[in-house]
Amino acid sequence: MTATASLADRVVAGEQAAIARLLTRIERRSPGVDEVISALVRRAGRAHVVGVTGPPGGGKSTLVSALAAQYRRAGRTVGIIAVDPSSVLSGGAILGDRIRMSALAGDAGVFIRSIATRGAPGGLPRAALDAVTTLDAAGKDVVVLETVGVGQAEVDVITAAQTVAVVSVPGMGDAVQASKAGLLEVADVHVVNKSDRDGAARTVAELTDMLRLAPPAPGQWQVPVVSTVAATGEGVGDLIERFDGHRAWLADSGEGQRRARRTTAARIRWIAEQLVADRLRAGHPDFDRAVDEVTERGGDPVAAARRLVQRGLGAGAEDAAAGSDPPDSDPAGSDPEGSARR
Amino acid sequence: MSAPGADTEPIRVMLAKIGLDGHDRGVRVVARALRDAGMEVIYSGLHRSPEQVVESAVQEDVDVLGVSLLSGAHLPIFSRIFEVVAQLPEPPRFAIVAGGVMPDEDCEALRRMGVAEVLGQDTTPEVIVATVRGLAREASARL
Repeated sequence: MTATASLADRVVAGEQAAIARLLTRIERRSPGVDEVISALVRRAGRAHVVGVTGPPGGGKSTLVSALAAQYRRAGRTVGIIAVDPSSVLSGGAILGDRIRMSALAGDAGVFIRSIATRGAPGGLPRAALDAVTTLDAAGKDVVVLETVGVGQAEVDVITAAQTVAVVSVPGMGDAVQASKAGLLEVADVHVVNKSDRDGAARTVAELTDMLRLAPPAPGQWQVPVVSTVAATGEGVGDLIERFDGHRAWLADSGEGQRRARRTTAARIRWIAEQLVADRLRAGHPDFDRAVDEVTERGGDPVAAARRLVQRGLGAGAEDAAAGSDPPDSDPAGSDPEGSARR
Repeated sequence: MSAPGADTEPIRVMLAKIGLDGHDRGVRVVARALRDAGMEVIYSGLHRSPEQVVESAVQEDVDVLGVSLLSGAHLPIFSRIFEVVAQLPEPPRFAIVAGGVMPDEDCEALRRMGVAEVLGQDTTPEVIVATVRGLAREASARL
């Protein structure tokens, strides 16, 4: 309990090592991490969470770096979570987003963390949301979540953001690609990056045409198309103004509250699913007993499943009531347990 | 339950190039080998400072920091790295590994500074992977 409280306190105090350590535990879903996040949720909610997504090669990392530099000039602190795909074959990953962000080094007002997708369809959005909460509670004014906008998991991740920017580049047919990937629906702002290249005007026109197909109702958000050259910083100030405008609209229209509610719903569902899932695996006595009963004594699988879920929910509540210390909380033993649970 | 512990978590490694050393072919080969062994590799890019690299390794909470040097400036650069590390509010959990070209007589000096392993240019990918795994297991225990 004390250890939990102190890690949360150290994160809130903005200690880099504590933030980094918590992000590792979030990724590993280490025992006790939920309690730390619970403590932090109450102290978060102040940051503007911006998602930056789009097809590979669009210059997202460079754009995020330029955005962060511009935010810093305005005196706003920034947290960056850069998500890159893991190799399907080995499970490993080369995370290179920091290469493009070296201009931000040495500034205590910026915290950057690279996260690999680790091939977990449901786990990544949850880890990303917890990571956003961590940087928010650590006092960052803006939290930028950067993902490659391909694949459902990556699109799900972006729903942790309040304002979503979809990045395209000229001449790659990206408007069509973005539409295929379902990215158009999540965009609050469209960015045409590398807009000093040939074909920029055409890409802007394509996106504008596409947006015209579904014009916003009065009082709804008008999705803008912003041109940038991230490498030189051109258009980045304008982009931040649009982000801030979107945030103001979220607050005024009540849409912000609706999105916060959606995020909370996802969070509660993930935690509940975990509580039940922890009891639905080989090795858990209740689960093994149910399997024995059905295979060896001809029991009813549906009835067995119902009993397991009900017992799981009841037991989960008891655990919570008994206190936040997980049963396996000794530091040496807790890690492998956490790994096994993933 | 039956998982063999820390080995099931992807190991996180930062690979860094520091100073006026523009040769990154070797470090890229190492990055690929580690990735193919299932590790997550954060590459710093070229021409970083010791301060930048240590800051990145802390933020990424890596298990192992590998610094590749072919410039001959390994002694002053590692000396500066350990000065920066000593100034951190708490000791980091990552191990520091030196890679590249360095004379045998300097290896002992590097170890005295705190370098956990020196992996010269002839080290095979298999040995690099095994060395990093061993060091990561120790670093994970400090989590």
